[in-house]
Amino acid sequence: MSLNEHGTQTHHHQYDIVIVGAGGAGMRAAIETGPHLKTAVISKLFPTRSHTGAAQGGMAAALANVEEDNWEWHTFDTVKGGDYLVDQDAAEILAKESVEAVIDLENMGLPFNRTPDGKIDQRRFGGHTRDHGKAPVRRSCYAADRTGHMILQTLYQNCVKLGIEFFNEFYVLDLVMNDVNGKQRPSAVVAYELATGDLHVFQGKSIIFATGGFGKIYKTTSNAHTLTGDGVGIIWRKGLPLEDMEFYQFHPTGLAGLGILLSEAARGEGGILRNASGERFMERYAPTIKDLAPRDMVARAMANEVREGRGAGPHKDYVLLDLTHLPPEVIDAKLPDITEFARTYLGVEPYTEPVPVFPTAHYAMGGIPTNVKAEVLSDNNTVVPGLYAAGECACVSVHGANRLGTNSLLDINVFGKRAGRYAVEYAKDADFVPVPENATSEVEKLLALTRNSTGTEKIAVLRKELQDTMDKNAQVYRTEDSLNEALDKIAELRARYQNIQVQDRGKRFNTDLLEAIELGFLFDLSDVLVMTARERRESRGGHFREDYETRNDEKFMVHSMAYKLDKKPERPGEDIRVDWKPVTITNYPPMERKY
Amino acid sequence: MAEDIKEIAEVPSFTVTLMVRRYDPEVSEEVKWVDYDVTVYGTDRVLDALHKIKWEIDGSLTFRRSCAHGVCGSDAMRINGRNRLACKTLIKDLDITQPIYVEPIKGLAVEKDLVVNMEPFYKAYRDINPFLIATDKPEKERIQSPEDRARFEDTTKCILCAACTTSCPVFWTDGQYFGPAAIVNAHRFIFDSRDEGAEVRLDILNDKEGVWRCRTTFNCTEACPRGIQVTKAIAEVKQAILRGRA
Repeated sequence: MSLNEHGTQTHHHQYDIVIVGAGGAGMRAAIETGPHLKTAVISKLFPTRSHTGAAQGGMAAALANVEEDNWEWHTFDTVKGGDYLVDQDAAEILAKESVEAVIDLENMGLPFNRTPDGKIDQRRFGGHTRDHGKAPVRRSCYAADRTGHMILQTLYQNCVKLGIEFFNEFYVLDLVMNDVNGKQRPSAVVAYELATGDLHVFQGKSIIFATGGFGKIYKTTSNAHTLTGDGVGIIWRKGLPLEDMEFYQFHPTGLAGLGILLSEAARGEGGILRNASGERFMERYAPTIKDLAPRDMVARAMANEVREGRGAGPHKDYVLLDLTHLPPEVIDAKLPDITEFARTYLGVEPYTEPVPVFPTAHYAMGGIPTNVKAEVLSDNNTVVPGLYAAGECACVSVHGANRLGTNSLLDINVFGKRAGRYAVEYAKDADFVPVPENATSEVEKLLALTRNSTGTEKIAVLRKELQDTMDKNAQVYRTEDSLNEALDKIAELRARYQNIQVQDRGKRFNTDLLEAIELGFLFDLSDVLVMTARERRESRGGHFREDYETRNDEKFMVHSMAYKLDKKPERPGEDIRVDWKPVTITNYPPMERKY
Repeated sequence: MAEDIKEIAEVPSFTVTLMVRRYDPEVSEEVKWVDYDVTVYGTDRVLDALHKIKWEIDGSLTFRRSCAHGVCGSDAMRINGRNRLACKTLIKDLDITQPIYVEPIKGLAVEKDLVVNMEPFYKAYRDINPFLIATDKPEKERIQSPEDRARFEDTTKCILCAACTTSCPVFWTDGQYFGPAAIVNAHRFIFDSRDEGAEVRLDILNDKEGVWRCRTTFNCTEACPRGIQVTKAIAEVKQAILRGRA
């Protein structure tokens, strides 16, 4: 332990494996590493508060428990759902290993819903089809509409069983790299302890990032307040690239005006989207699978209904999710939580009334680039030895331009497990990378910027203005002009951020200070998202450009790779370089995406 | 059909007073109640009002929160004397002609404002072996009938928010008592047909700080934001100790 001139205590720890994030991916990794090597899991929340717990509908796996299915169909659906920007080798692994991933969870104790003969039950979900798009297939394994909750609980329970060491309410704010034979290697992470304000340096041979998403760049979002993209932002600040950041998923059915998620399982169980006149409008947009088309298509269709004046409500600004034809006992057994959300937050009774819904910012398809061993990449091909990423913060890429529902709970389990397994393999033979003298200096700068600030700008005001501009300019529809407007606005907000006001000057539980620091990460990630969206002058999956309405495979059948440049920009965005990376294609040449 | 649609927009705004119990030992050992007037909307929850205070009036107001829709379990607090999740309590459902009293949950040490030390609560949870104990090594999934699964469905919903345990008068006076949440999580495994650890858990809960401390006051059931029949679950565990699991 040491004390610096500002009176900040710094503690030092050494673990073979350091995992940042205690959601599904982080804990799945810990279950692989814990029995073999000394493991620490560091999380800004108590583990069961992680946002995996908010996932509802299910986890895809071609178990074929209720009808014919196989992993190859699942692979195809994933590739097509992702508008062919998916790396097909990764999608194959996802689909093949899904069965084992579900069985692992059941064996760990997860209470899946069951078929009459006692096997894991399965239901329909958007974009999952039999035989390459012929009809919807029942592939989603589920536990009522709280599958994520049960996954998170089950993984935490098993971590308790294994005696995994957790450092809860520790905010990781920096990754420390050090020079080894002329190459930068990960050495440690630096965490800020909420309860005390102390700093902790965790040295690890393998370091796994499993820090989740960053939905708080948007105003209307299904994401938790804590989803501020700190992990992805840290990687970015280290000069490592981010992949496919322009692809952000808007979930069709957020509670109107609130963004609270209503699972796609509602449509999987037979729910229907209607416009103000009661028309089942998805029949026009996706004649074959209608309401179970992939999320990007449904979200755009909903936004289009509203734009063309067919929205419901006094302001015609939402559409309706109709469950009234489902028997109440089906709703109670299979969709209990989401129907309660409708009752609690909108006072709507789903048995008898349609529920007002509108798209809500939900999931980042892009993130920290990795290969299929979850190893982080420093360019299109080069691995950063000892550094891993899995889950929403990572981009493998199995989701491409649009993720299919139930593939994210699968992703965290398959690639969380892989991250753990390969992190152990590496750490067994690796040495610790020495921690440099000044390991905490970057974090101390961050703390000083905010803690000693005597400015006048309120954190919440800047954050709201950021979220407003992102909702307005970088949402379901985008243009060159809207994206440039967003870039200018973010630059203005960054300037004002230098004059920020932090009222809480204490060391204990200073969430005021942390909100200021989190806002800095939101600015960084918004910039990257907007820049890559501007440079991708085509429409694909979740990224729709009104000035380039079609997919352009000749030019853009590539992943974006954004790099931070070490220079002061004269124009907003000039400090970001956007490069491209080929897509891995194995069996499925790009075709037009129709449903 | 359009005529049947309930119209939800045009949410009215109104001003409410929140009385918040503040405590920050770095500043003063003194506990004080501070009142704040905030303008809120019909769809706002108590959590929104607390955020308004933090974001517009006093950044030092401290509380835990994450998902903001009742599934992560971070923001259990005492609102007008009842344990609730701040993100699931709509302000319009409270009596807004009176100040809304907000204070930390009881029976756990207050760290700062609405933040308490949750560790004793988590320890009780860990102590009941909250994980499946099974010796078989199935190649596929274990078979479990829908009826067997339904037997423990209710207690799988727990989000460890501590609303139940910190509403229990026994827990207030005896912090060693396992408390309702730990018993609920034991129930979740004791009645799972796949589990083989019931005897161990029942032994633990037969302890003097176990289920027999429960006085059946039903505070826990009323407090549970997930609608779990907590008192019933505790009663079933008591029965299982006496007669074996049925």
